[in-house]
Amino acid sequence: MTKSNIALLVLLAVVASLPLFGGAYALRLGTIACMYAILALSWNVVGGFAGYPSFATAAFFGFGAYTTGVLLGKGLPLWLGVVISAVAALLITAALGAALLRLRGHYFAIASLSLVEVLRELVNNATDLTGGGMGLNIPLVSGSGVLAEAMFFFYAMWILLLLTALMVMAVAGSKLGFGLACIRQNETASSMVGLNTTLYKSIAFGLSACFVSAAGGVYAAWVHYIDPSDVFDILYSVKPIVMALMGGLGSPLGVACGAFLYLGLEEVVWRNYIQIHTGVLGLIIVLLLLFLPHGLISLRPSNLWRRVKHV
Amino acid sequence: MSEILRLENVSRHFSGLQALRDVTLTVNRGEVLGLIGPNGAGKTTLVNTICGVTPANSGKIAFDGNDITRIRTYQAARLGLSRTFQIVQPFAEFTALDNVAAAALFSQPGQSLKVAREQAMAHLVYVGLELQANHPAATLTLAMRKRLELAKALAMNPKLLFLDEVNAGLNSAEVERATKLIHELAASGITIVMIEHLMKVVLNVCTRIAVLHNGALIADGAPREVIENPAVVEAYLGQQYAKRNAARG
Repeated sequence: MTKSNIALLVLLAVVASLPLFGGAYALRLGTIACMYAILALSWNVVGGFAGYPSFATAAFFGFGAYTTGVLLGKGLPLWLGVVISAVAALLITAALGAALLRLRGHYFAIASLSLVEVLRELVNNATDLTGGGMGLNIPLVSGSGVLAEAMFFFYAMWILLLLTALMVMAVAGSKLGFGLACIRQNETASSMVGLNTTLYKSIAFGLSACFVSAAGGVYAAWVHYIDPSDVFDILYSVKPIVMALMGGLGSPLGVACGAFLYLGLEEVVWRNYIQIHTGVLGLIIVLLLLFLPHGLISLRPSNLWRRVKHV
Repeated sequence: MSEILRLENVSRHFSGLQALRDVTLTVNRGEVLGLIGPNGAGKTTLVNTICGVTPANSGKIAFDGNDITRIRTYQAARLGLSRTFQIVQPFAEFTALDNVAAAALFSQPGQSLKVAREQAMAHLVYVGLELQANHPAATLTLAMRKRLELAKALAMNPKLLFLDEVNAGLNSAEVERATKLIHELAASGITIVMIEHLMKVVLNVCTRIAVLHNGALIADGAPREVIENPAVVEAYLGQQYAKRNAARG
């Protein structure tokens, strides 16, 4: 196990101790932080490892939210709903990937974006099942108090984050990860050395969907009410990309840090500049990407020391 | 001699452009076939068509007794068809070692990364790149990248190896070194089809020559016969020269 993987696990352990220090607000932030990290780490599999800029994260998220929401309405327990959402997303996305991933670069980005719109329209129109534009009410999972419920959803999201991190680490260290790195660098040469690129890309696409879908499911149960414009919000596609870029493309530790940093910035800016908060946030992101193009992960102590020596 | 590759009336066009016209060709086990022809004759397209990059529009290709006309590129690689690229295609961020390891890893199902890296080192030593093993491929010189391509192709345990202009852009010392490598490979029993413009190398290495012109095969035979063939001289040097040459000869 590499140093940065250990660092990531330590970081996650620190996040898990959050309830010791804060109340309901901290738990809420922590839950969102875990959710963002799941989204960013998952995107990293297809966007960072394989180099395919996917904008489909919102589609997976909404798919998971609605699948779990509908299943909960039918009386299934939460864990089963989430597992079904994750497995369904894995299989459907891998199959879709075999078709979508024939496109490269910008074309793939647009195609993946259209996936979000298609699903949103499907949900909008399947009124009997999903409630359409009226949204979907989701039954309460537990009848216990506010704080207990906040704690429950925080840890549910945290466990999903842990699983996502373990999946990403396993992929990074495996033959699959090696193959995806080959595809990112030179897809023609990859197939020429005997790499089944379609299969590898489809697996990567499927893996990038399954935990996002699960997170969508937990989110749906957490907020009790979802509607298409909320869970199919295109920002769920864009934010993970920004987080990954801020943290350091391809590095699981960097991407997780990027997600936490993004949430921190979002929250601080929103509190202090309520009138112009999106503008200020955008400016900060642009500046960060401009002066730290390789993300937080390039801020290693050794690198800093080298820079200081140069001065 | 038994044949390893057989092409029957293979044609390929890119919309209006007929890149290959009814090419019928066999390659025998253990030989070194030189594939020559003027620029744009369809030499690289022929290799691409055999490897499944641009499948044939008509005709049949058989390799080692299997029909591979509609084969996918990665399947061709696993069958033992391996190639180098005229324009080198390294994995730029990977080290030289990992470049070759990728070839060893994916061409043989069930291979592990650790074993692949060990094999890769042996191939790097063979082409003389052991000192550069841990350098990123992007930092290698052109001559080294060409040798890296060769190491990658060899790591795939090829039965049939296509060398697409391995000598283009190299200086004479580097050409000599590359030629020596090809000799050694041929001696080790790998069947080689080489696309080459340097006639010195072709005549030195090849046991047989096939000539493509405008996508059609215009000559096929022993090296000395082929280069004296009037049609070949015409294709390379133009009608006028061929006429004058014939008058003089």
